Amino acid sequence: MPPRKYWPLAQLVLSRLRLFLREPAAIFWVYGFPIVMLLALGIAFRENPTEIIAVDVVLADGVGAYVGPPAAGLDHELAKDPRFKVTIRPREDWRKRLQAGKTDLVIAILPGASPPYQLWDEPHRTESRLARYAVEAALLRNQGSSPPAAQVQHLQKPGSRYIDFLLPGMIGMNLMGGGLWGIGFVVVDMRVRKLLKRFLATPMRRSDFLLAIMFSRLLFTLIDVVILLAFGYVVFGVRCQGNFLELTLAVLLGGFAFAGIGLLVASRAQTVETISGLMNLVMLPMWILSGVFFSSERFPEVVQPIINLLPLTALNQLLRGIILEGQSLLTLWPQVGILTGYGVGTFAIALKIFRWK
Amino acid sequence: MPHAIECRQLVKRYDGKPPVEAVRGLDLVVNEGECFGLLGPNGAGKTTTLEILEGLLDATSGDVQVLGYRWGSHDNEIRERIGISLQETRLADKLTVHETITMFRSFYRTGIEPDEAIRRVSLEDKAGAWVVKLSGGQKQRLAVACAIVGDPQLLFLDEPTTGLDPASRRQLWEVIHGFRKTGRTVMLTTHYMDEAERLCDRVAVVDHGQVIALGTPKELIAQLGGENVIEFTLADGSPAADEAELARLPAVRAVSREAGAYRLAVQQPHVALPALLANLQASGLPLANLTTRHATLEDVFVSLTGRHLQEEEPADAAA
Repeated sequence: MPPRKYWPLAQLVLSRLRLFLREPAAIFWVYGFPIVMLLALGIAFRENPTEIIAVDVVLADGVGAYVGPPAAGLDHELAKDPRFKVTIRPREDWRKRLQAGKTDLVIAILPGASPPYQLWDEPHRTESRLARYAVEAALLRNQGSSPPAAQVQHLQKPGSRYIDFLLPGMIGMNLMGGGLWGIGFVVVDMRVRKLLKRFLATPMRRSDFLLAIMFSRLLFTLIDVVILLAFGYVVFGVRCQGNFLELTLAVLLGGFAFAGIGLLVASRAQTVETISGLMNLVMLPMWILSGVFFSSERFPEVVQPIINLLPLTALNQLLRGIILEGQSLLTLWPQVGILTGYGVGTFAIALKIFRWK
Repeated sequence: MPHAIECRQLVKRYDGKPPVEAVRGLDLVVNEGECFGLLGPNGAGKTTTLEILEGLLDATSGDVQVLGYRWGSHDNEIRERIGISLQETRLADKLTVHETITMFRSFYRTGIEPDEAIRRVSLEDKAGAWVVKLSGGQKQRLAVACAIVGDPQLLFLDEPTTGLDPASRRQLWEVIHGFRKTGRTVMLTTHYMDEAERLCDRVAVVDHGQVIALGTPKELIAQLGGENVIEFTLADGSPAADEAELARLPAVRAVSREAGAYRLAVQQPHVALPALLANLQASGLPLANLTTRHATLEDVFVSLTGRHLQEEEPADAAA
C-alpha cells in the first residue's frame, strides 16, 4: 500500500482554520469583543489617583439673615485637606443635588448651635458615607481634641486593581465561550447540514474528526489568551506573577474541560435552536456565579460549595492564582482536579452518546 | 458474474405510534459494472434502502452484502470502496471546490488526484471558488466529485438531479456516463423516468417498500404489451367509449382510462390508429384530442399501481 499523500487529520484541521479565518464575525467575537470589553471595564473602573470629595456648604433651612464669614470658616478648615472640593451654594436645591449625586455631602450652617453645622449624607451611597467620615475626621482633628493621627501606609501590592481581577476572569470566560461555541455550535451546524452523515459514509476516522475540532479550537484559544495578556500588559500594566508554562498548562486544561462540555452539549442536539438554548443554559449561570466580573464570594455561604464546583469558578480561581498570586499548579490542585474531572467525564459521556447520523 | 450488491428480505421498521415500515422485504441483486436504478414515488422507501446499503442506517432485518462484505464486520473495507452522494448535503460554504475535494480525498487510502476529480465533473473553472458561490447543478457535481475522489468500485447517487434545470441534468448524466466507462457500478434512485431510461441498465420499480417490477427499461415497457401509447379524449358531453371494444382493435394490447382520458398500449400504431379512428367515427364519438408517443417507465408505473410517480404519498411514509 503506498504511503498516504493526504493526511485526514491535517486536512480536517486545515479546513477548520480556513473556515474560521473566512468568518469575520467569528473573528470579532473571539478576538475583538473581549478586548473591547476589557478596555471598557478597565476604563470605567480605573482608580482615581487623587480622590475628590465634593462638599456643598449651604445655610440651613429656617435660618434668617446671617452675618459672618461665609461657610462659618468651615471652608478654610476643610481646605487643608486637598481631597475636599468645597463649594458655597444657595440653599434652594441642595437636597436635589445630594440625591442626584452631584455632591457627596452637604454641610448646613446653623449659627449659634453647637457645633454650628449639620452634616447631610445619602446613606445608600458609599461615596456619601465615606465623605461624611472624612469630613468628621477632618473637623475633629481641627478641634485639637483628638490624639495625633496615626501614620498611614498604603499597601502597594501588585495585582490588586479591578483590571487585575478582571483579566483572568475574561480569559476564563473566553475559554468557556470557545469550547461551547467553537465546538458545540460547530458540531451541531455540521449535523444540521448532514455533513456529519456525509463524513460518516467515508472511511474517515471519527477520532480524527473530533481531534481536529479540538486542535483547531485550542489553537484559536491560545492566540486569544496571548492577545488578552499582551493587551492587559501594554494598556493596563497587568503582569503575570506566575510561571508562563504553568499558565499555558492551566489554559489548556480549561480549554480541554470546556471542549468536553461543548461536545457533550452538542452530542445529541438536532437543531441550531436546541444547541443555542443548551449553551445559554450552561453559560449564563457561570457568567454570573463563577466570578468573572465580581468575586463569587459575594454569594451566600451556603451556595459556596456548589459555586466552587462549577468549572468556570475552578478555572477562574486557577488563572487568578497563577496570574495574580504567582501560585503553582501544585498548590491549586483542587481546581486542577475539578477541571480534569469535567474534561474526562464529559468526553467519556459525549463519545458514548454522540449522534453521528 | 460477481454481485456488487446483494440484498435479501430487507426490512426497515421505524418505531413510533403507529410503527412505520419503510422497507418491507425487499430483494435486490446488482451486478458489477451495471447502472442500477431504484425508481419510485417519494416515500416509496428508495432512500431508506439506499442508506441501509451505504451503512448509514441499520436494517431491522434482512441480509445485505456490498462488494462481498457485510456491514458490522467490514465497515471500513466497504467505505474505502464506495462513493456516496446524499440527497441533500450542504458542504461547508466557505471552502473552495478544490479544498473540499482534497479534504474528502484525504479520508481514503487510495484514490484519484483532486484535480482529476474536478476535471471529471467539469468544474475546472470553479476550482478556486467558494462552495457558497456555486449554482445548484455545480454543487451537485461537486458532491459527485467528492464521491468519486476515493476511486470507488461502487457509486451511490440519491436523486442526483432532483431540482436541477435540464442543462444541469444532462451535464450530470455525462459525468455518470464517464464514470461507468471505467467499468464501475452505479446505483441511483430517481423519480424521473427519463433519467432511469437514459442511465440505467436495469431498473427496480419500488412502491410501498417493495420491488414491484424489475428489468431493463425496455423489458419493463414491453411488459405493458406495446411500446407505443395512444392517448385520446372525447369531446365534452360524449358518451363513454366501450373499452372492451377498443381492446379488440388490431394491435391494441391494453386499454385504461383515467379522468376521461383513454390510454391504449399498442404495438404498431400505424395499424391501430386507422382502426381506432374508424371505430370512434362509427360509434359517433367526436375526438377532442389524440396523441401518440413511445411508452415510458411512467406508463409502467401507472399500469402497475394505478398511480402516477409524481403523486404525493401519504405523509406517514418515511422518506
